[in-house]
Amino acid sequence: MKLKSYVSGALLGAIMSTTAFHGAFAADDTIKVGILHSLSGTMAISETTLKDAMLMLIEEQNKKGGVLGKKLEAVVVDPASDWPLFAEKARELIEKDKVSAVFGCWTSVSRKSVLPVFEELDNILFYPVQYEGEESQRNVFYTGAAPNQQAIPAVDYLAENEGVERWVLAGTDYVYPRTTNKILEAYLISKGVKPEDIMINYTPFGHSDWQTIVSDIKKFGSSGKKTAVVSTINGDANVPFYKELGNQGIKAEDIPVVAFSVGEEELAGIDTKPLVGHLAAWNYFQSVDNDANAEFIKTWQAYTKNDKRVTNDPMEAHYIGFNMWIKAIEKAGTTDPDKVIDAMVGVSVPNLSGGYSSMLPNHHITKPVLIGEIQDDGQFDIVYETPGLVVGDEWSDYLPDSKDLISDWRMPMNCGNFNVAVGKCGGKGS
Amino acid sequence: MITAFLLRSLDRKIIVAIAVLLALAVFVPASNLLLPEDSPLHVPTYLVALFGKYLTYALLALALDLVWGYCGILSLGHGAFFALGGYAMGMYLMRQIGPRGVYGDAILPDFMVFLNWKELPWFWYGFDQFWFAALMVVVVPGLLAFVFGWFAFRSRVNGVYLSIITQAMTYALLLAFFRNDMGFGGNNGLTDFKDILGFNIQAGGTRAALFAASAIMLALSLLVASGIVRSKFGKVLVGIRDAESRVRFLGFRVEHMKLFTFVVSAMMAGIAGALYVPQVGIINPGEFAPANSIEVVIWTAVGGRATLIGPIIGAVLVNGGKTIFTGLFPEFWLFALGALFVAVTLFLPKGIVGTISGYIASRREYRKAASAKPVPIDAEPQAAE
Amino acid sequence: MFYRLIFAAFRIFFVCLSLALSLLATKAFAADDLKAMVNALGTASFAQAEELVNNLGKSGDPNVVPALEALSEGDLFVRKSDGQVFLTKRAGSKLELIDPLTGASAGEEAKSALSKVKVNNSLRRAIRAAIGGLTLMSPDRTVRLQAAQSILKAPSADSLEAVETALAAEQDAEIKGVLESARAVALLSSDRSLDDKKAAIEVIKERGGRDSISILMTAANSADEALRPDIDAAITSIENSLVFADAAQNVWYGLSLGSVLLLAAIGLAITFGVMGIINMAHGEMVMLGAYSTFVVQNIIRTSYPELFDWSLAIALPVAILVTGAVGLVIERGVIRFLYGRPLETLLATWGISLILQQAVRTIFGPTNQEVGNPSWMSGAFELGGLTITWNRMWIIVFSLSVFFALLFLLKRSAFGLQMRAVTQNRRMASSMGIRTPWVDAFTFALGSSIAGMAGVALSQIDNVSPNLGQSYIIDSFMVVVFGGVGNLWGTLVGAFTLGIVNKFLEPYAGAVLGKILVLVLIILFIQKRPRGLFALKGRAVEA
Repeated sequence: MKLKSYVSGALLGAIMSTTAFHGAFAADDTIKVGILHSLSGTMAISETTLKDAMLMLIEEQNKKGGVLGKKLEAVVVDPASDWPLFAEKARELIEKDKVSAVFGCWTSVSRKSVLPVFEELDNILFYPVQYEGEESQRNVFYTGAAPNQQAIPAVDYLAENEGVERWVLAGTDYVYPRTTNKILEAYLISKGVKPEDIMINYTPFGHSDWQTIVSDIKKFGSSGKKTAVVSTINGDANVPFYKELGNQGIKAEDIPVVAFSVGEEELAGIDTKPLVGHLAAWNYFQSVDNDANAEFIKTWQAYTKNDKRVTNDPMEAHYIGFNMWIKAIEKAGTTDPDKVIDAMVGVSVPNLSGGYSSMLPNHHITKPVLIGEIQDDGQFDIVYETPGLVVGDEWSDYLPDSKDLISDWRMPMNCGNFNVAVGKCGGKGS
Repeated sequence: MITAFLLRSLDRKIIVAIAVLLALAVFVPASNLLLPEDSPLHVPTYLVALFGKYLTYALLALALDLVWGYCGILSLGHGAFFALGGYAMGMYLMRQIGPRGVYGDAILPDFMVFLNWKELPWFWYGFDQFWFAALMVVVVPGLLAFVFGWFAFRSRVNGVYLSIITQAMTYALLLAFFRNDMGFGGNNGLTDFKDILGFNIQAGGTRAALFAASAIMLALSLLVASGIVRSKFGKVLVGIRDAESRVRFLGFRVEHMKLFTFVVSAMMAGIAGALYVPQVGIINPGEFAPANSIEVVIWTAVGGRATLIGPIIGAVLVNGGKTIFTGLFPEFWLFALGALFVAVTLFLPKGIVGTISGYIASRREYRKAASAKPVPIDAEPQAAE
Repeated sequence: MFYRLIFAAFRIFFVCLSLALSLLATKAFAADDLKAMVNALGTASFAQAEELVNNLGKSGDPNVVPALEALSEGDLFVRKSDGQVFLTKRAGSKLELIDPLTGASAGEEAKSALSKVKVNNSLRRAIRAAIGGLTLMSPDRTVRLQAAQSILKAPSADSLEAVETALAAEQDAEIKGVLESARAVALLSSDRSLDDKKAAIEVIKERGGRDSISILMTAANSADEALRPDIDAAITSIENSLVFADAAQNVWYGLSLGSVLLLAAIGLAITFGVMGIINMAHGEMVMLGAYSTFVVQNIIRTSYPELFDWSLAIALPVAILVTGAVGLVIERGVIRFLYGRPLETLLATWGISLILQQAVRTIFGPTNQEVGNPSWMSGAFELGGLTITWNRMWIIVFSLSVFFALLFLLKRSAFGLQMRAVTQNRRMASSMGIRTPWVDAFTFALGSSIAGMAGVALSQIDNVSPNLGQSYIIDSFMVVVFGGVGNLWGTLVGAFTLGIVNKFLEPYAGAVLGKILVLVLIILFIQKRPRGLFALKGRAVEA
């Protein structure tokens, strides 16, 4: 009988020692970079690419001799699209593997899940995906777009160039679409759109039967006013959505759809012929025509040994984030996260759309906004580009409770939610 | 009477298991807090949090074993009770943030502020009090189990039908909690907790205390579960599992007994969830996913169904394996996990603990037989279920 | 840099030219002018290009149609060296240049020497209208029909005369109908008399349908006050007639959703319903079927592009073989050791599903794979106010054929007889000389290959990714349990009931709440009938 308890004790011990030893191999002459992207589960579809992109960037940097005379070493873990596991893996990366920075997360919930860990252990997270804003954290650098760097220019484009007066805001029911649609609704109404000309619709994750909703959109669009759909539909649900649109004969000329979560990677899974002309707003498209981008695409396709592999916006975000980090390390002369965080603000590196992106005091970056139309080869034709760079605005001006907030992580303010109305850090205060 | 109940519940295995758990409850926090970092016996903080999480999973698996192992109810929805307990605790932790949220609203959690909620929904009232939240941790899952079980057992839904509708229940809850209109934070769930009972939730001491609480709660639940299955009531339960109709014809109120066990098990799952949330720092609808509930069944099966200790070992083992493999072979760990499940069902149908006990028992039997009669006998054929 | 200056000069020149031409609005353009206008497209901004397209449309010369079509398809390129615009065709790594007006070949050019003439949605709209006007008198019936329809979609008073001329000459009844409507629509925005307009409203009202409401509403925005009551009355009348169509549309959507559920569940009705295996790897069989389609299409695309429309027919047997073989291996390798222990099959098949998912992820990568719709699966047709998409219709037909074929197999074939014998009483069947292990193996393979067939169909409407199976597994179990385990008819009725109920709830409750309500209804229903809709009777079910 005692055997069992021995066994259970021994097993516990085995796990403890294995986990502990795994980290003990760490050689001190490399700088470790954590990569926290899901390689299995529902998000693997988007995140695996980013893991590969990071590995490529690290390899390229090492070819150039690394940084501070040391090579970089990637530590890849699989948080398996399981949100609490993200927190656990982040902790493991920082405490056990002693990484100097982590590049990772895709969904907002995974970012929210790891935030406290980064705050507690004072490390750096580079978050590469467009998101809903309403957050600014000292330990996080947001290299994706804030709502004003994607949604608002897209709506402006449709209103001005296509004369759209009636809007369908369709999204998956989670925080990014909810917030973006709240912001857009307030924005459109401030531009004189009547509330009855806005239709908001939410669907669950992975929704695959779009018949009713597409026919509702059709109905809504038959009022005689030019109608457009602003889609914040999440990755997986897009393919059946676009297929249904194509089959029900909704052409881009009649009711254009502008999407914020559909990029080259998503289109690679669809026959895009019926979708030609539908739009997407990003800060980068693979079709951007310049040398830096051509070089990046070439390296990527060589790295993945696949000349059809596409590049996309979150990859560019990692590209920018990674280069900024390298630059900040050189500036700070150390990889100590605390010092690097302070060195990050103001760093400016070339982006792939032909300009420079710089890190702002609110830990967001400046980016151009591009609007592209889907082509039949799965690429986008850029039909509009903002004249200058757009500054990432973390606290939206169109939400009543966040319009008074600003963020500035430089001394002396050093605050992520400074309320200008009451003049102190910590929101409304009370 | 209670002493009798307790005494009966203790046999050697259970005593040893409880002793191990209590020792862990003392040793791990002590080593984490008191020993210097370079000491070989020092348990780093991330392992404390990790093992704390395993212990709550173990408690969940124990709860499932009570209904599945001893009562024949294969619940594919136990994750729902776990998550509900977690949400109750999460709501308390949310209210504790107070004006420290990003918008500085003293009452409303952040996600309500930016979705323009004007006031706190009624079902959030009371959660600023720990005692109320603690009560809800057991009452809400218990109530759901009661209502669900009352209907299901009375209509004599059993077997796979019961399994599938428990799955439907957790799936429906998953979809419901995903809805932002529900007022539970939608997909993001509840997160960004600051403190619990006034202690900073990120402090080492709090973590150690939560670990100890999990270990003690697991030991306590083991005691209760063991008490239940070793009582006369427990023997009837096993009867229900093996031949429900016969037990009914013998005059037992089968529905009531099943219902009681189901509710107790749901409450245990709720407690597990409540201990889980402060240790991982987030609760979101993903916990309701049917796949999670199926995994709990797998932990139980790996450890050994109807052994009480088995599920604990199974939960720790499978999750430990997951932790190690997701780090070591991020691309291939699913193969290993999948192969483990297939291998366990094929080669260890009684689970690890069941197989080991079976082996020991047969050895003893063999020795006894060998000393009495020199003729060796073949292993006794297993009775069919 | 120098080129740019020249281009700028060219651009200004041509824009002026085109504006001047539009003022003249003559119908006789010299070929040179057309050529100049087409070349001007190469450097024009979107707004200028729109103007140019309108003028090309007004030229009335059908020779410009290919150039306009190419522009809208994105096949129009401008040569960087001299600003000439060409149609292009792929010719190896280079592009073959074709003169936009004459269609004559103009040599080859490397891709880098050309840049694409950009096009956006409003330009495409202008092109559609222009082509419509130009091809109204085309000898080809389908071209004329398309032209009439595009005029109907972009009504303008300018096209009224052209439409009336075409109408007078038109013989085909269907095109005539469309032209009548187009005339009515164009008339509403013209300066004709009120009575003419009232008659036009009548015509549109007769035509009915959602589009007509849209047309009338547009007209209402700009129309005479005197016409308002007529327009409003027409709109109400059309809306009333649409109420019934809307309900019918909902039933159709329900049937279509039901057919998807049926397809996904029908294989499970065999492995779970008949054999009692809680087969969590069922969804992965569906996924393997979809990936088989992908592989087949890929081979066809690269080697036999002319067979593309047959790709699904070819993929079907491939999927059946692949999933059937995988099913056979799973049964012989794992499941046969687990008969009589249904709950353990759950664990083993769950493990298998993880392995299969990760295997597919390793081989094909985690991203979605592109599976194209053959032409007969694309688009939609109208049927008495209903919009019916071809892919949905074929899926309904397909799922019903699979269902009845399976029913036939089970009820009328020797294998079906043996299968039923084994599932009802294994020992007895074995004593009668049936080789039960093989019957088991082939039954499981059958269930798997049906799942594979479902995968072929579902690849047409859903993502083909490693997660495909996961999204159907729960729904499939619900359908089988709701219908009654072990009864195929139950699966059929269950699938369509759930589909229709879901689609009737969706407009009121929204997609999420609708689904939750359906789940709650299933739970309640099981309380009422613990063995599903069509329960098997007798002692066999207790075992």
